[in-house]
Amino acid sequence: MSKGVAITGMGIISAIGNNVAENYQSLIQGKKGISRVSKIKTNHVNDIMVGEIDFTNEHLEQQLGLASDNNYSRTALLGAIAAKEAMNTSGITDINAYKTGLISATSVGGMDMTERYYYDYLENPSVQKYIEGHHAGDATQKIAEQLGIEKSLVTTISTACSSAANAIMLGARLIKSGQLDRVVVGGADCLSKFTINGFKTLMILSDTYNTPFDENRKGLNLGEAAAYLVLESDKVVQAENKKVLAYVKGYGNANDAYHQTASSENGDGATLAMQKALNVAAYKPEAIDYINAHGTATGNNDLSEGRAIIRIFGETVPDFSSTKAYTGHTLAAAGAIEAVYSVLALQNNVIYPNLNFKTQMKEFSITPQLQLKEKPLQNIMSNSFGFGGNCSTVIFSKEQ
Amino acid sequence: MKKVYINSIASISAQKTFDNTSFLKEIEDFEANVINVINPNYKDYIPPAAARRMAKGIKMGVVASKMAIKEAGLETIDAIITGTGMGCVRDSEKFVSAIIDNDEQYLTPTSFIQSTHNTVGGQIALELQCKGYNFTYVHASNSFESALLDAKLQLALNEEKNILIGGVDELGDHTTAIHKIINHIKTEPVKVTQVLQANTKGAVFGEGANFFVLSNEKKNTSYAEVVALKTYNSLPEKDVLQEAVHFLKENNLSTNDVDLLVLGNNGDVDFDTFYHTLSKGFQDTQIAYYKHVSGEFNTASSFGFWLASKILKTQTIPEVVKGNNKTTTSIKTILLYNQYRGENHSFTLLKQC
Repeated sequence: MSKGVAITGMGIISAIGNNVAENYQSLIQGKKGISRVSKIKTNHVNDIMVGEIDFTNEHLEQQLGLASDNNYSRTALLGAIAAKEAMNTSGITDINAYKTGLISATSVGGMDMTERYYYDYLENPSVQKYIEGHHAGDATQKIAEQLGIEKSLVTTISTACSSAANAIMLGARLIKSGQLDRVVVGGADCLSKFTINGFKTLMILSDTYNTPFDENRKGLNLGEAAAYLVLESDKVVQAENKKVLAYVKGYGNANDAYHQTASSENGDGATLAMQKALNVAAYKPEAIDYINAHGTATGNNDLSEGRAIIRIFGETVPDFSSTKAYTGHTLAAAGAIEAVYSVLALQNNVIYPNLNFKTQMKEFSITPQLQLKEKPLQNIMSNSFGFGGNCSTVIFSKEQ
Repeated sequence: MKKVYINSIASISAQKTFDNTSFLKEIEDFEANVINVINPNYKDYIPPAAARRMAKGIKMGVVASKMAIKEAGLETIDAIITGTGMGCVRDSEKFVSAIIDNDEQYLTPTSFIQSTHNTVGGQIALELQCKGYNFTYVHASNSFESALLDAKLQLALNEEKNILIGGVDELGDHTTAIHKIINHIKTEPVKVTQVLQANTKGAVFGEGANFFVLSNEKKNTSYAEVVALKTYNSLPEKDVLQEAVHFLKENNLSTNDVDLLVLGNNGDVDFDTFYHTLSKGFQDTQIAYYKHVSGEFNTASSFGFWLASKILKTQTIPEVVKGNNKTTTSIKTILLYNQYRGENHSFTLLKQC
């Protein structure tokens, strides 16, 4: 089980860029993608801010060359765009030359079309094509088709906001155990009235720019995004002489078993997830150079996560920041978005600033990184936590 | 690599399977195109106040889990891996319709929270106070198989000892209505005993929860060994038999070694052909069907897994599931094959232990 899990390609589309290069530019320029929602008609338009992708569905369909009778949800469209970029940057020409799987994460799935045509489905045959596109696995099937993956292991994970981190974790385990030679992992979620209203009823949406780890944080901004990584085994890397961007070194999943939607006060699940990930990587906490925190800017998450970080790292907490102020909280995609950002941080030896921070939290003395910081980075920890008590941590490293 | 065993089973289905002492002896021969589960007494397992708040899917999942863990003689479990195609779909429907009907006003969070796909897995963790690994797979007819694959990998590598896995899906009125319109559900009610010969489009939809404790420690009471599993996002009908042969060969078996073939036929004239094509390679093999008794749903194959497990342990095949008149004296090896509407295929290989 000493096999390496190499990252050889990545792709992303988010509110701060339509590909990896654009996302990186926004990150280092401190350019956030948060605005009023424009593509969804909601009564809450003036009460919330979101991380929305510029392209309309028609733009995305054109980019993918889809026929007009397609039944892609926006989740599937975003996912296909990002997954294709990942495949291209990995230099894959024949996807079925190796045993290749796809593991995708989503929470919204085809809900955007369902909420649009909910009652129309009963009467209007022209929109009934979207009925089959509702379930969460549909977007994944479409992405597999777009990538040309056939007769292979393709599955979907939905563990709320930790989903994509779990997709990366499963992918890494399948490579390590030799079940797959190559696997595309990540997640996609589009904005929807469903999630906007859902989070609104939970009263955790900020009416302004989200401010992770700030004493006066008012909640999260929802975002939409998709991101995928190509993971490959040592065998493929050697045979194809692949350039390795980074390695998936550690991963941990635990359940908080505390509350359906809230994290425990001391972050038991988060602490366990981080500890397990360190164990898998065989790292001591001091090996971690930067933590890309979950940091949703809700009262509950940032307190619980901060306490869990202190439980793991003690008084010497590594540099940490949340990039949710840039993209908003992209739900099931968040773990993949932040995986791409972690790999970019390793490649460029930079730590991204935690934007919008003004006031130190009272409950503890740790402060996120506030300016762009250049520093040699070896190992990065990325956290993703979700409803249902799901807590996940992934560690990315420069060296195998 | 350690061997993986099924140490307990629990089923809540359209038949009275929650009573594990009986084995499909009496069959409810519903005449319907949608069949609901026969409910166990949930209050025997969950406090009534909590049960009232729970969505049907959560209730079925939590209770089936508790039954499975009890039968395995365990207090708790190392990990929980759930498969569900749609999650608590009634709450999804409730929340979407409330958004539309009330123009985004007067909404309450309960149905939004319960609509999250991993709610069942999260609630089971809460009930058992299990802080271990917790995953939820939501990949249509491979949701349960993905959970099985994940658990088998961890147990084979000895990362965990006892893992709870399950498949759970509930019926929702709106989802049912729209699937009737597009003929995924049969237009006319059919009797359970006649579904597979209906020769019409669509399936009879159902719901259910089937949970299992898998372990890498064999007990005298173990049901079966999970030998292998393979899933496919796509598989053309012409390749199904060839893939089955290949899958068996990877496990040093040939078609002659299979004592019973458990197939996921649902009576849909357009897609049962996949099963017919496969059966041609198993001319002398006994066949069992199950979706006429359970109904079709994304995790219906977990009912097939339940059936195969119980057949291996009891060495009896209930009359109602027999698919041909071949007989077998001793059932040692079972091959399961499932797909839904030509997508998300799986082969599962179980052995007597």
